[in-house]
Amino acid sequence: MDTESTYSGYSYYSSHSKKSHRPGERNRERHKSPRSKDGSRSEKSVTIQAPPAEPLLGNDSTRGEEVQDDNWGETATAITGTSEHSISQEDIARISKDMEDSVGLDCKRYLGLTVAALLGLLVFLTPIAFILLPPILWRDELEPCGTICEGLFISVAFKLLILLIGTWALFFRRQTVEMPRIFVFRALLLVLIFLFVVSYWLFYGVRILDSRDRDYQGIVQYAVSLVDALLFIHYLAIVLLELRQLQPMFTLKVVRSTDGESRFYSLGNLSIQRAALVVLENYYKDFTIYNPTLLTASKSRAAKHMAGLKVYNVDAALMAKLKLYITDGPGNNAAGQSRAMIAAAARRRDSSHNELYYEEAEHERRVKKRRARLVVAVEEAFVHIRRLQAEEQQKIPGEVMDPREAAQAIFPSMARALQKYLRTTRQQHYHSMESILQHLAFCITNNMTPKAFLERYLNAGPTLQYDKDRWFSKQWTLVSEEAVTNGLRDGVVFVLKCLDFSLVINVKKIPFILLSEEFIDPKSHKFVLRLQSETSV
Amino acid sequence: MIGVRPRGTPACPLPCPRQQRPPATQQNPFRQRVEIHKLRQGENLILGFSIGGGIDQDPAQNPFSEDKTDKGIYVTRVSEGGPAEVAGLQIGDKIMQVNGWDMTMVTHDQARKRLTKRSEEVVRLLVTRQGLQKAVQQSMLA
Repeated sequence: MDTESTYSGYSYYSSHSKKSHRPGERNRERHKSPRSKDGSRSEKSVTIQAPPAEPLLGNDSTRGEEVQDDNWGETATAITGTSEHSISQEDIARISKDMEDSVGLDCKRYLGLTVAALLGLLVFLTPIAFILLPPILWRDELEPCGTICEGLFISVAFKLLILLIGTWALFFRRQTVEMPRIFVFRALLLVLIFLFVVSYWLFYGVRILDSRDRDYQGIVQYAVSLVDALLFIHYLAIVLLELRQLQPMFTLKVVRSTDGESRFYSLGNLSIQRAALVVLENYYKDFTIYNPTLLTASKSRAAKHMAGLKVYNVDAALMAKLKLYITDGPGNNAAGQSRAMIAAAARRRDSSHNELYYEEAEHERRVKKRRARLVVAVEEAFVHIRRLQAEEQQKIPGEVMDPREAAQAIFPSMARALQKYLRTTRQQHYHSMESILQHLAFCITNNMTPKAFLERYLNAGPTLQYDKDRWFSKQWTLVSEEAVTNGLRDGVVFVLKCLDFSLVINVKKIPFILLSEEFIDPKSHKFVLRLQSETSV
Repeated sequence: MIGVRPRGTPACPLPCPRQQRPPATQQNPFRQRVEIHKLRQGENLILGFSIGGGIDQDPAQNPFSEDKTDKGIYVTRVSEGGPAEVAGLQIGDKIMQVNGWDMTMVTHDQARKRLTKRSEEVVRLLVTRQGLQKAVQQSMLA
């Protein structure tokens, strides 16, 4: 299969059996290994060992290039989950395959950051330089400028302060993502600021420095106009970067490929990569955690469907002899074969739907039974714990426990029921005994009821709830037929792939809403009775 | 005194046509004429049936009408042994005319008044019945 060969590149990090690294996890290995040997198709039960963040970025992107085809640079791009800085490049068109080949990813990140920082420093110091240079260079020739200049100095100072705070608020946020392509608007803004400042310096250099202008007030006003213009550019930045996409225009339907779980998200007018980012941020809190053990049943069913049919290849010579009588020649053999197989499979009377129905009903029943036992066990366990009031603490010196000890005291009575329930719902690899004890201590400390304690175990929760080692989704690839800096449009489809599954995202436009008004006079609410009387005559 | 007659005898101030089924060719075959002689009970003249319907009523609640927007007057109950039953009125009949007065577009109260005029002792109704169409067709074929 295609998918398996793609992921073979990651074999360095994969192992075919899950690691058992917590004490107290009984029966998990026994539970796992029969399943992995099941079926004619091998499962992709790969685990990525928790990798260190930094080198993984460099290694995986280059490895990704080796196993994928040549068009990777044009169409597929990588978004990683943990990084800190955004990139900016000078030329949008030079989206570089060679850049990623020659320079490592680390350089790219820091390049963008240094460019932006230098530009910011230059911009900030320019007005100060404009004001300070004339007194330094030709103080004697300057006209004295009293109150007005001092007023302008104050205004420049405060405007620079406001600009500083605004820039810090807007740009200096900790970036939680690294985008594959440049952030178009940011790059445009940087270019704009650069051109702007350069042109001001040109004018200053030619007209003022060279000619040693004496009108100091004019110079200070020139500096003030620069600061005003910078504030307006800052306003432009806010509108372009933050405000423009606030109004929702598109709805994204996100479907997980393995189990069909889907969600809808509303977005404004974003580029594809930023939309993918929003989807990923919401994925971790909305979608239940990906559980590969839940998929084994459908895989074994799929294997059984095709296993019962065999295809016999008719000899080519015989085919040639029978050429008059059969419509498709030897060339069409493969297509004809598969068609025949599918037709035969459809016609075959199999009772697999019956099995599925009864199996699912049985599973439901078993889960409900175990859940009932678990709830009862936990309730009984919680009955034994009572919180001591402050004044009682002195009266009963012995036997006073802190939450951890209390949790350890009542845990054994519910451990077995909990373990059985987790095994039935195939969640046991997500919770170790240590984590259960911690959660129990936490619930006892916060006065939670048994039901609140069980909330975490009864249903599978979102990915964020679990330990990072258990996530199967830490590195994502954005696969898109269009350039990822294009804006969203109705009907765009892109895929966020991670190792074990992918999220297929379908973009739909929110329709144009025509809202009209109808005024109802409050006095117009009148009613009559509906009669049906019968009169005898 | 003019017009005094013993109780119970039908009043016939005008020459009464004999009550008979009109020949099918002359009249509308789906309608029937019913002549009811009112019965005197104390002060009142009663006919022995109940009506429902009218243009001020809700036609959707009429159980006897085929078309639930029909606001005509329907017979909802016929008391046993009363003058209406004797005359052949059946439950579910729609009253089209009473003594020549149209009853298809009247209010419930107007209908009651037209039926219970103290000066009339005989009322001649023109009724239509759902089963009548089939009965007439069968009799024509036979």
